[in-house]
Order: sequence, then structure tokens, then C-alpha cells
Amino acid sequence: MGGRLTRQQLEVRANDVRIDIIRMLERAGSGHSAGPLGLADLMTTLYFDIMNIDPKNPEMKDRDIFMMSNGHCVPVQYAVMAERGFFPKEELMTLRQLGSRLQGHPERTKLPGLENTSGPLGCGISQGAGYAYSLQYLDNDRKRWVYVVTGDGELNEGNIWEAMMFAGKYKLSQLIVFVDRNNIQIDGPTEVVMPLEDLAAKWRSFGWHVQEIDGHNIESIQDAVGMAKAIENRPSVIITHTIPGKHVDFMEYDYKWHGVAPNHDQAREALNELRTMKGKIKGEHE
Amino acid sequence: MAKYDFNKNILSDTPDVEPTRAGFGRGFKALGETHPNVIGLCADLTESVQMHLFADAYPERFVEVGIAEQNLVTLGSGFARAGKIPFVASYAAFNPGRNWEQIKTTAALNELPVKIVGAHSGVTTGPDGATHQMLEDIAMMRVMPNMVVVCPGDSVEAEKATKAMADYDSACYLRLAREKTPIFSTESSPFEIGKAYVLSEGKDVTIVSTGILTPYALRAVRLLEKKGISAEVVHAPTIKPFDEETVLKSLKKTGRIVTVEDAQVAGGLGGVVAELLGDKFPAPLLRIGMNDRYGESGAPLELIKHFGFDENGIAEKVVDFAKSRPQYKPGF
Repeated sequence: MGGRLTRQQLEVRANDVRIDIIRMLERAGSGHSAGPLGLADLMTTLYFDIMNIDPKNPEMKDRDIFMMSNGHCVPVQYAVMAERGFFPKEELMTLRQLGSRLQGHPERTKLPGLENTSGPLGCGISQGAGYAYSLQYLDNDRKRWVYVVTGDGELNEGNIWEAMMFAGKYKLSQLIVFVDRNNIQIDGPTEVVMPLEDLAAKWRSFGWHVQEIDGHNIESIQDAVGMAKAIENRPSVIITHTIPGKHVDFMEYDYKWHGVAPNHDQAREALNELRTMKGKIKGEHE
Repeated sequence: MAKYDFNKNILSDTPDVEPTRAGFGRGFKALGETHPNVIGLCADLTESVQMHLFADAYPERFVEVGIAEQNLVTLGSGFARAGKIPFVASYAAFNPGRNWEQIKTTAALNELPVKIVGAHSGVTTGPDGATHQMLEDIAMMRVMPNMVVVCPGDSVEAEKATKAMADYDSACYLRLAREKTPIFSTESSPFEIGKAYVLSEGKDVTIVSTGILTPYALRAVRLLEKKGISAEVVHAPTIKPFDEETVLKSLKKTGRIVTVEDAQVAGGLGGVVAELLGDKFPAPLLRIGMNDRYGESGAPLELIKHFGFDENGIAEKVVDFAKSRPQYKPGF
């Protein structure tokens, strides 16, 4: 990549990622729609703008680390990785199929560029914390960052709070966690299933630096990461407010789309909406 | 086959004794010197699992995790991804008792060399009772792909097993016990992950044993001799990968087999051998160990006797077994 992408370019990339997600899920016939669409802006910004990574050398020594804790959202990670050049985009269409490197939930050993294996919820912050502790205390390597994305429903898991205590105690300042705050989980709204609020206060009381941002505003994402990196002696959490199903009208805010893939007609409708960026640009097939 | 080198006191009335966890403590501290990438994580039981020797010598490589076994192993996964060899320790009842799924997903499926150390396994945990006497761990760990399972027979072997695990590029489970138990091996006895050892040769029955009951199985040989039974004792400290070759070789000679373990026989060593017999050599089998029940409070050695795991209990059951079940001869 020559130089940094502009915010407009990042937005277009995120839109491409959303198109990939719809196409992958339609082909797979199963999988989660809402979460991946909601995370497209954050993931695009991380992979195209923020993280020090090399798609041609996924094990690069001084790379930043990304771990997705809510593994069911991995379609967005696959799509971003393909857009970034980790593997050919055609391979996205193998998602969830026999023999594919793109497993239904991410498996590190299957696909170069993945840093963890996840799916069963609650494990990602700990895995990130172990890595961040190594960098900070064992390797004295203060130039690398560990990014973790976790869901909000996932915060029901006890493992999460164990990890929060740990990272707070050891002041893991190279650990930056994004909570995908989309307010839904499988059985309904998070505040009905198992209330999380006052979520910021909870993190703060565990010794974390807390920010809250609009997860669809790329500038906010960039600024928040800049701030998180500047905070020393504390781990950082960025509560990232997202809209589940973002940019596909009939999926937005509808928790029924949490764990479902679009059928052919639904995918066509979604793709039409995305390809025109809601009418902002002319669709290629219109 | 080279003769196994014994501790000379093993058959005396006062054998040398030490807990297997002490051997782990020594071995782990030694790894601190030889393996700069080895780190220790513990869940608020550092001295109890004998990790304090390492923690005192290498404080910068010891990480206190608090009473949080799920975090313990998932942190371990992160450390391993960062190039470390983490030993994550607690009581077996909680590690792997409480965090099995995390071990599966983030260590075993993830193919990272996280070393799970479960201390205080088996009934010799004693007065703490059934909640803390982990008996299901062999079964639950051996069904996991990419997982090595080792149950050292004494403290000397536990030290060797600890060191061997650091160099074994896989997730591993090390099963330790709390109580002092007899030491039958010596510094020069062989130990290799995946190998079983014939400790005592015989022709009428094979006794294959794992973990801290092996010295009792060995001591039962003399009692069996008095009853006219020549028993061959095979010590199998590695449950997985299991040394089928050594056990089958012995079995083809004796034609019947007894398993001995301080664990549930269902899925434990008893399960391993039952599967082997079903697959390859259908000889009569007696499984000594826990039979679908929990332990209970009591003094450690008292419990070993109570459940028939001592030399008398083992010998008595083997005598009955030998009387009632003829040796299997292929072709009959």
C-alpha cells in the first residue's frame, strides 16, 4: 500500500468488505450476518490503517496482534484479510465448506494471519493479555500492540471478568480491547438477557482506561486508538457502539439476523443497497 | 531390554517416599535455568503445587493469576502464541476440572504448547474430600486431540516428566498428587513421553499401572508369588500417546491383564486398555481404580487401603481374577 488511505477510501473499503460478507454468507448458507456487518468499519480501519502487519509475511516479527474473541463474527475478519491481500478473494466463497481454510469459527492453524482460535466465548481478552504481558514484561518490546475485539453479549462470560482483573492488575498498556457494543445477543437485547450497564463504570473500576465511540465513524476509531496508545500504565477498552447489520436496511437493529445468513433474494437486495452505497453511487448493474 | 533401575528400598517396609508434586517443583525450577522461554502461571496455590521454587528463583518469569482457572489457561494460550512455554498450574479438580473447554479451544485445537499441571489428583488428596479428589481427569484429557497425558509414578519420574514436557512441542497434561508415596525409580531409570516400562517380569498375568499406584502394584508382586501367581508389572506413565507395543508384547505372553490407577476406570487407563483389547487382542481384563463413584474424606493412605489400591488390595483382586478368568490364547 502506498501511504495511508483517506477516510473516504477506508469507507469504500469497508463497503467492499460488507459486500464480501453478504456474498460469503449467502454462499455458505449459514453463519452470522449482523455482527460482521456492524464490525466492518472497525475491522477495515484496523487492518488498513492502524495495525502494523504484512499480508505477505503474516509472522513478521514486529507485527501488531489482532485476536477476535467473538469468533462467530469471523466472516468480517476473513473479508478484511482477503481485501488486504492475505489470501485470494475467491477463497472467501469457500467459507464453512469442507476442506476450507475459512472455518466457521477461526482456527489459527488453518489460515496464516490468524493469531488465535476462538468461538467459544470469553477467551479472547485472556489470550490477548497473555501476549501483551509477554511483550511488556518478558520481551521488553514496547512498540507492538495487541488488539482484541469482543462482543457485548460475550461479556456475560466469567472468563472475561477474570481477564479484566488480570489486565488491570498488571497494567497491560499494550492491550487495547474493543467491545462491539451492538446491544444484541441471541436471546434478545443485552439489557434484557443480562444487563451490562453501567458498562463503562464496570471497566473503569477494574483499572482500565475507557473510551466510548461511534463504531461507524472512522475518524473516531482512529482517534480513540491514538488515545489508547498514549495511555500508559493501564489497559484500554474502547466501547465501540455499532449497529448490527449496518448498511443493510432490513437487517439493521433486528436481532433475528444475529445468527442467520441471507438467502438468494435477501442477498440480492442487500448487495444492491451496498453497491450503490445507499444511492450515493451508481450501482454497477443498474 | 535393559533392566529397569530400581530404588533399592522399594520393597522394604520403609520405602523412600515423597510427593510427585515435589518432583515437579524441582524439575520446573531446573527448567528455569535451562529454558529461558519457560514461564510459570499459578492460580493462588503456588507453594501447594510446588511452583514456589521456580517463582522464588525466577520471579520475573512467574505470573500470579489469582483464583481464576479459566483465565489461567487462556492466558497460557496467549503466552504460548508469543513464543513462551507456559506451565499453568492449579489443583487438578479445577485445572482441567473447571477449564476443559478453554484448554481444548485455546491450547489443543490451537496447537500451542501450553503445559497443564494438575496437582492433588486422586484420592490421596485425602481429608478435603470428593470435591478436591480429581478422578475424572485422565478420561477428560485423553479424549482431546493434540493433548499428551502423563501420570508420573513417583517424584523422581515427575521431575523427568516435567523437563520432558518443556521440550515436547504440544499441549500436555501433567497429573500430580499431594501425598508422599513410595519412590521406585532412580535418576538413571528411563523416562520418555510415550513409553511404558516393564518393571518386573512374569508369565501368568500383566499388571499395567499408571501414576502413584505403580509402587503398590510392584509391591503386590511378592504377595502374588506366595499365591503361586507370576505377575508382570508394566508401568505406563504416559496415558497418551499410549505405548501399545510394550503392553501388547507383555499381554501376548501372559494372556490376561489388570489395570491399576487412582482414577475413574471408565475412560481412564482401564478405558485405554479395554479399547486396546477390543481392537487388537481380546484377553480378559480386570480394571482396578474408581468404579463410577466419588471419593470421600479420610487420611490419604487410609483411603488408598479403603479403595483397595494398596498392595494387599491389588493382590487380592488379582488372585480372584486369575482364578476366574483363564489366560487368552489366540486361535482358541
